[in-house]
Amino acid sequence: MTDLSFVRGEIVGQRPAPRRSTGAVAWMKNNLFSSVGNTIMTVASVLFVLWLIPPLYNFLIGDAVFTDPEGLRGQACRIEGVGACWVFIRARFGFFMYGFYPDSEIWRVNLMFAIGIVLIIPLLVPKMPFVRTAAVLFFVVYPVVAYFLMAGGIFGLRQVPTGQWGGLTLTLIISLIGIILSMPIGILLALGRQSRLPIIKACCVGFIELWRAVPLITVLFMAAVMFPLFMPRGVSPDTLLRAIIGIVLFESAYMAEVVRGGLQAMPRGQYEASAALGLNKVKTMGLIILPQALKHVIPGIVNTFIALFKDTSLVSIIGIFELLNTVRAAGSDVNWSSPTHAVTGYIFAAFVFWIFCFGMSRYSIYMEGRLHTGHKR
Amino acid sequence: MTVQTDIAAPPSKMTVSDTHVAIEIRKMNKWYGSFHVLRDIDLKVMQGERIVIAGPSGSGKSTLIRCINRLEEHQEGDIIVDGIELTNDLRRIDEVRREVGMVFQHFNLFPHLTVLQNLTLAPIWVRGMPKAEAEATAMQYLERVKIPEQANKFPGQLSGGQQQRVAIARSLCMNPKIMLFDEPTSALDPEMIKEVLDVMVHLAEEGMTMICVTHEMGFARQVANRVIFMDQGQIIEQDEPEKFFSNPQHERTKLFLSQILH
Repeated sequence: MTDLSFVRGEIVGQRPAPRRSTGAVAWMKNNLFSSVGNTIMTVASVLFVLWLIPPLYNFLIGDAVFTDPEGLRGQACRIEGVGACWVFIRARFGFFMYGFYPDSEIWRVNLMFAIGIVLIIPLLVPKMPFVRTAAVLFFVVYPVVAYFLMAGGIFGLRQVPTGQWGGLTLTLIISLIGIILSMPIGILLALGRQSRLPIIKACCVGFIELWRAVPLITVLFMAAVMFPLFMPRGVSPDTLLRAIIGIVLFESAYMAEVVRGGLQAMPRGQYEASAALGLNKVKTMGLIILPQALKHVIPGIVNTFIALFKDTSLVSIIGIFELLNTVRAAGSDVNWSSPTHAVTGYIFAAFVFWIFCFGMSRYSIYMEGRLHTGHKR
Repeated sequence: MTVQTDIAAPPSKMTVSDTHVAIEIRKMNKWYGSFHVLRDIDLKVMQGERIVIAGPSGSGKSTLIRCINRLEEHQEGDIIVDGIELTNDLRRIDEVRREVGMVFQHFNLFPHLTVLQNLTLAPIWVRGMPKAEAEATAMQYLERVKIPEQANKFPGQLSGGQQQRVAIARSLCMNPKIMLFDEPTSALDPEMIKEVLDVMVHLAEEGMTMICVTHEMGFARQVANRVIFMDQGQIIEQDEPEKFFSNPQHERTKLFLSQILH
């Protein structure tokens, strides 16, 4: 018989966790060579990387052409066995950034971006002063200023039709407008879909299901080709404007479903507590439900933003020269015929897209961390 | 089940008004679909009354008090709260909700706001109180529930008992005339029940009109001036706690008490 009675004499204090692994060797032992399978994986991965790196290095740097003694005309890229043709990027960089925008007016584009960056910093960085002022300026005043800077036509600024806008500038314009407008429209659609009023609900469901069910290319074709047929003679809204409206409506349908996911995750108790305190439905939504629901679906929202950013390249099929289309157009320039310049152009475009998408992704992770407020109840 | 709370004698403030009716419910019926969840409820609550509602689960206790601030809609009969009859008129519902505080089983604090913001939200957005004044009031109530040091934490960082005390303080910040408690201690660890009950006892001492759905019979004995027993959507028996516990009349009440009082 063992003695069942036990009384603790003193409470054991906290001790630090044992240090099982210290230093690089221990780390490798634990993480890379902990079992036969892992060791094989590690060796195979190292071999794969070793096999991959030399040709990649040779193409991108070793055999690549960085300078052209002839003066950026592509002669140096026509040699057999040459690597990436970076000269091409240098020569056409302006075209990739600004499209057909007149050289003498490019300062206007730069000024527009400079103002935009100054205004958006207080909105993205936490605890900056003048957030409200910046928000009003960015969302209300800036679009007008930016439009007239780009399009001209007032204050003696030369008029630049939207057909001459292009390059990364246009990619950013389309995606920024898309992001900023699809978000509120998506929220309204998501709320409408939950409405008890049957007509509102039916309209929202119909809108979402219609736009989600058609490919974006179809939407853009409709906007570019079909839409003008229905307009009275002589009335023809700008092609770029039509494309942007198409993208905004298309993406807001996706956004609506993402937001709806967040709304459905909200426990009923939050609505009840808010109602019991006397907050009406609008205030409950704005102060209690949406802040939490949107926080929950930040990954989905950013997913949609990133998809939108990349989808802007589809406007090239209706003849709009955004970044990818400028790269393609410059790549098929007969004066430049070389084995690698077109590929280099696409690598460059991919890199630019990646920079922006990766930036958005990291920023969203940072925001999630900042908005995290302990465990959910 | 019995929890001792630390008050000595019944304080003088715990008086029931003879003339001021806080809540009047007449022939109230409610259905969930075809299920008759509340049947012919008649209840008159005078100002200053402390009522404990007991009963088995599914007896309609929670539904009854949720009808009082219109979290649930009743289909028949009248509910008059502080002189305002509850109808579909949204303005009246809002008026009633401003006067009636509610504490939930699962606290239902707003997890994205700090404790202080939880407390000031409704005074600022419903009563239009200036922020500084709302915060001063909020701190007073946090001190009353003995957690002023937690003001800038988020609800997720607090223990269950602390969260429930914040929830009580949040309701009190709206300066309600009536407080409804929907099983406020049922989701708490045993060691935290007392701290919440203490706050409720103090509230009762100050003369608050309270309706509590609870299984804390010790609390009922100590604070309530009336205990209501419900089963199958109806009021089976109601009496002063002394008589209710020592001499229950209805068979169902006797059975229930024998189950919960060991």
